[in-house]
Amino acid sequence: MKEMLIILLSVVLIDNLVLSRFLGVCSFLGLTKDLKNAMGMSVAVIFVMIVATGITYPIYWSILEPINLGYLQTVVFILVIAAVVQVLEAIIRKAFPPLYKAMGIYLPLITTNCAILGVMLINIQEIYNFGSAMMSSFGAGVGYMLAMFLFTGVREKMEKADIPEFMQGLPITLMAASVVSVSFMGFKGVIENLFG
Amino acid sequence: MTKKNSLFYEFLKGVLKENPLLILMLGTCPALAVTTSAENGLGMGVAATAVLIMSNVVISLLRKVIPDKVRIPAYITIIASLVTILQFLMQAYVPALNASLGIFIPLITVNCIILGRAEAYANSHGIVHSAIDGLGMGVGFTLALFFIGSIREILGFGTFFGTKMPWITEGGLQPMMIFGLPAGGFAVFGIMVAITQKLNKRFYARQPQAVIGCAECPGCISANTAPVDHASDDLEGQTDEPRVVVPKALREPGILAEPKDVKQSEREETK
Repeated sequence: MKEMLIILLSVVLIDNLVLSRFLGVCSFLGLTKDLKNAMGMSVAVIFVMIVATGITYPIYWSILEPINLGYLQTVVFILVIAAVVQVLEAIIRKAFPPLYKAMGIYLPLITTNCAILGVMLINIQEIYNFGSAMMSSFGAGVGYMLAMFLFTGVREKMEKADIPEFMQGLPITLMAASVVSVSFMGFKGVIENLFG
Repeated sequence: MTKKNSLFYEFLKGVLKENPLLILMLGTCPALAVTTSAENGLGMGVAATAVLIMSNVVISLLRKVIPDKVRIPAYITIIASLVTILQFLMQAYVPALNASLGIFIPLITVNCIILGRAEAYANSHGIVHSAIDGLGMGVGFTLALFFIGSIREILGFGTFFGTKMPWITEGGLQPMMIFGLPAGGFAVFGIMVAITQKLNKRFYARQPQAVIGCAECPGCISANTAPVDHASDDLEGQTDEPRVVVPKALREPGILAEPKDVKQSEREETK
């Protein structure tokens, strides 16, 4: 239990997916203009992340690794992710129309979201059992959601600010992301202090 | 020389007019993550360029074979295979660089530049043009990564390609660690984009034709069943203005001078 908590805290706060690992930056910058989009995308990312980990992690350790095809992980994972996204979209559309309404349009965008493939690869490299891998994926998704949520707030405030012409648009957004990233640096050392 | 459709034009387009990183905003993830040093930036750029050229060539060759409906999965598979090959090459010949780029080498697969160029260019053009387009885009990407990497390495670690800067001394000036951290990455990238926008406005009196975020990356859009409304919110807030036609100055190198009134009014503004 303690181990799970450590994993969760460290992927959400310290190794935040967007702000310190730089995965999924494109959607972080592109979809944080309003809260509805940001949350829809985040929920979709958490969902796909968990399902895809549940499939790729066993595939790697029970099929690819034993027959020495570990190097095919990139090809296999990206195909699994693409397939998962397609299947999930179909299932959700049929079975849970309200959920589809909320996150359906974001699902296809996820195939090329580097956050998903990145987390799959990190899990293979760094995590040593299935439960922890699932926890780490869930945490990474929550971290993504947290970053999206906070940054949407920052950007809404920025709409009202008087910004110099050449900084308008993306530059000021990136500078704001930099400040948000600094604030996340404050979490360094949390785990050591909490759990010794 | 720089006539539209000439090979040189295709090359230059990727470097300047449609620089994938600074103007089209594609491939931001590796641009922020691996640019802690000039060497890493350069290495990442060269690796992505190699994959980009190869994928453009292969997809251009296969463009009449691949059925339209399954083209995105087909492209992704081709790109992922090329990335796997590249990973082997890097493990064998530049193991140190491979280790420091780490996970971002396999992540070239989902780099929007590559799928974007495949979808926007290679599937409708010949092999030679596609290869040159890939080269131009790759060089543009590499240059941008190299600049960001250099700035972050010099300011953040006080070195350049591992050589110590003369002004970093014991008890004297110290490097600013923040530039080596994620926060510095966002900041340096933001400043680079601001400078590019400023230069674009000043020298070419034009705006980037369309700013594409990853959400709008053609690969994602065409894999999409329902078009995403909000993804077309551009990052610049400038879509409402009519698209500015590329001025003659860009197409013909002889006449770089803008109409005088534009320049003068701009100078007055800067004063």
